[in-house]
Amino acid sequence: MATLTLRDIKKSFGATHVLHGVDLDVTDGEMIVIVGASGCGKSTLLRIVAGLETETSGEVLIAGQSMKGLEPADRDVAMVFQNYALYPHMSVFQNMAYGLKIRGLPKDQIQHRVDEAAGLLGIGHLLQRKPRELSGGQRQRVAMGRAIVREPKLFLFDEPLSNLDAKLRVELRAEIRRLQRRLGVTSLFVTHDQVEAMTLGDRLVVMNAGRAAQIATPMEIWERPADTYVAGFIGSPSMNLLHATLEAGGAAAILDAGGLRLPFADGPRAGAAGRKLIIGIRPEHLRPGQGGLDVMVELVEPLGGESVLHGKLADGTPLTARLPGARYEDGATQLALPTESLHVFDGETGKRIEAGG
Amino acid sequence: MSVTTDATALAERTRRRQFREKIVTHVCLLAGILIFVFPIYLTLIGSTHDVNTIGRGDVPLLPGAEAVANYTQAWGAGGGRYMGTPAGTMLANSLIMALCIAVGKIAISLTSAYAVVFFRFPLRMVFFWLIFITLMLPVEVRIIPTFQVMVDLGLTNTMAGLVIPLIASATATLLFRQFFLTIPDEYVEAAKIDGAGPIRFFIDVVLPLSRTNIAALFVILFIYGWNQYLWPLLIVNDRSLETVVVGLTKMIGTGDQQNEWNVIMATAVFALLPPVAVVVFMQRWFVKGLTETEK
Ligand SMILES: Nc1ncnc2c1ncn2[C@@H]1O[C@H](COP(=O)(O)OP(=O)(O)O)[C@@H](O)[C@H]1O
Ligand SMILES: [Mg+2]
Repeated sequence: MATLTLRDIKKSFGATHVLHGVDLDVTDGEMIVIVGASGCGKSTLLRIVAGLETETSGEVLIAGQSMKGLEPADRDVAMVFQNYALYPHMSVFQNMAYGLKIRGLPKDQIQHRVDEAAGLLGIGHLLQRKPRELSGGQRQRVAMGRAIVREPKLFLFDEPLSNLDAKLRVELRAEIRRLQRRLGVTSLFVTHDQVEAMTLGDRLVVMNAGRAAQIATPMEIWERPADTYVAGFIGSPSMNLLHATLEAGGAAAILDAGGLRLPFADGPRAGAAGRKLIIGIRPEHLRPGQGGLDVMVELVEPLGGESVLHGKLADGTPLTARLPGARYEDGATQLALPTESLHVFDGETGKRIEAGG
Repeated sequence: MSVTTDATALAERTRRRQFREKIVTHVCLLAGILIFVFPIYLTLIGSTHDVNTIGRGDVPLLPGAEAVANYTQAWGAGGGRYMGTPAGTMLANSLIMALCIAVGKIAISLTSAYAVVFFRFPLRMVFFWLIFITLMLPVEVRIIPTFQVMVDLGLTNTMAGLVIPLIASATATLLFRQFFLTIPDEYVEAAKIDGAGPIRFFIDVVLPLSRTNIAALFVILFIYGWNQYLWPLLIVNDRSLETVVVGLTKMIGTGDQQNEWNVIMATAVFALLPPVAVVVFMQRWFVKGLTETEK
């Protein structure tokens, strides 16, 4: 149990710059989820914390102590890999005990710790099996057990649920969360799945092309995404992003498609008339109703209690809506935009514009 | 009705086809057995007749009555023109040589492949290619300089001189390198986080994972060592260090005197036994190593 601090971590592989300076402060016992598209540098960041890669510049501090030049073994971290990385020739028990054995723990203590962790994970009956005799979910549990027995300062998870089927993923996700709370170990969890991120994290780090686009709680990110990338990445289906311009006086935006006027419910935005904006609206905030957007619905996906509508605006901009009920059909319809759920972003930089900003 | 007749006709056709396939398989197998087994059978039979039967030019196909006498003579006193080295001594020499070569080759190539695959050091690829290039030079090409080196080191007529030049093995290094490359990086990283240093990782993870490959290679290298001819012939004159392959050829004369074929055949049968034993004993591992890579 410990705090973790990242100071301006940069990493390049030769001429490819992968991380462009990441800062992060993790408090004791916190679960941080690093989420982002594939290739944005999540694993690299995690591996730098583990000591498996060396940062090009910047500093990693665990429990206030600089990790510069320390081997992975000396950092007191445990890692769970995507493909489990269980030693195939060792039994489950041996796999879990290996790290302890190397650290020279007495036999009875190893036995005690492994039994305890196995009980916690419900794999006590599997201890004598080889990894190949286990299902994917069981292997993942063993991999977690191997991390738990070490009682490290830090848990590092690199997409540990990606190789599992959907149902198991949901199950194990909840289990990881419970375990992490119960053990109170500071954790970094890497995933590309935004649902996993939202449900697991105390706070999220949304990564975009080697930068932390936003670091905040899941609800904060959902309610006030810092830029259009975060806005589009978090939430399913993705937020609709519509081009618009600022009205003179800044009290409303005029949509490029159809010229609809959208007054800002929370106050005017700064800037000259005609400032380029992007208006974000989540699909679930759209409602059927008069006086809104004219949409040509092309596809309706009924999900039971609700439906997802895919359509186009007059100028061809795609639009997605998630509406209650299942009584929708293709064709022209009108959807209302509740003005209190609009997000306003700068048209050039993509950054969020708050009222008055 | 017609449906059932169709079904029986179909089943009949399937049965015929399976039967035909069986016949073809068995004919092929039988042909193979004849080609491979017949010479060995002749050797076995030859070793049970007296010296005159084969000397007359007969090729007997049924066992004779002299087996015990022939094998006793071959084991104890040796045979042939020179009344050569006893088979017992030659077998022991061959066994020690083949074991040392196989074990030595495996040990050297395991460690050099481990270095090349798992460590980053300057000129790593240069060293790898140096090893690789020696593949191009068969023993025969470098035999004279090697002999000179052994003479300078005073290792002629010693077991060490017999074994050491045959131990370096680019082929085995290459094979282990290819296998090590298939070991996922995650094992290395998991071991680093577990705190295992390079030597522990080698002993605890790499060696156990290489078991089947080592076994397969052991069989191949044991037979390679057992069958060495040219080098032992050159480096050893001492009768007490003679290997069975060399001894056998020496037993066969140049024609000015009758060959004791019965004793030669008996010695040949002795020479067959250790490699056969190794193959049989290691078969399970051997086949596994050749056909699957355990992940
Ligand atoms: N060892 C390496 N050598 C060169 N490039 C690398 C190396 N590791 C990662 N990269 C590159 O860094 C980028 C980020 O990789 P990674 O951190 O694995 O992404 P993520 O885990 O977010 O999918 C990728 O473009 C990848 O190609
Ligand atoms: Mg990754």
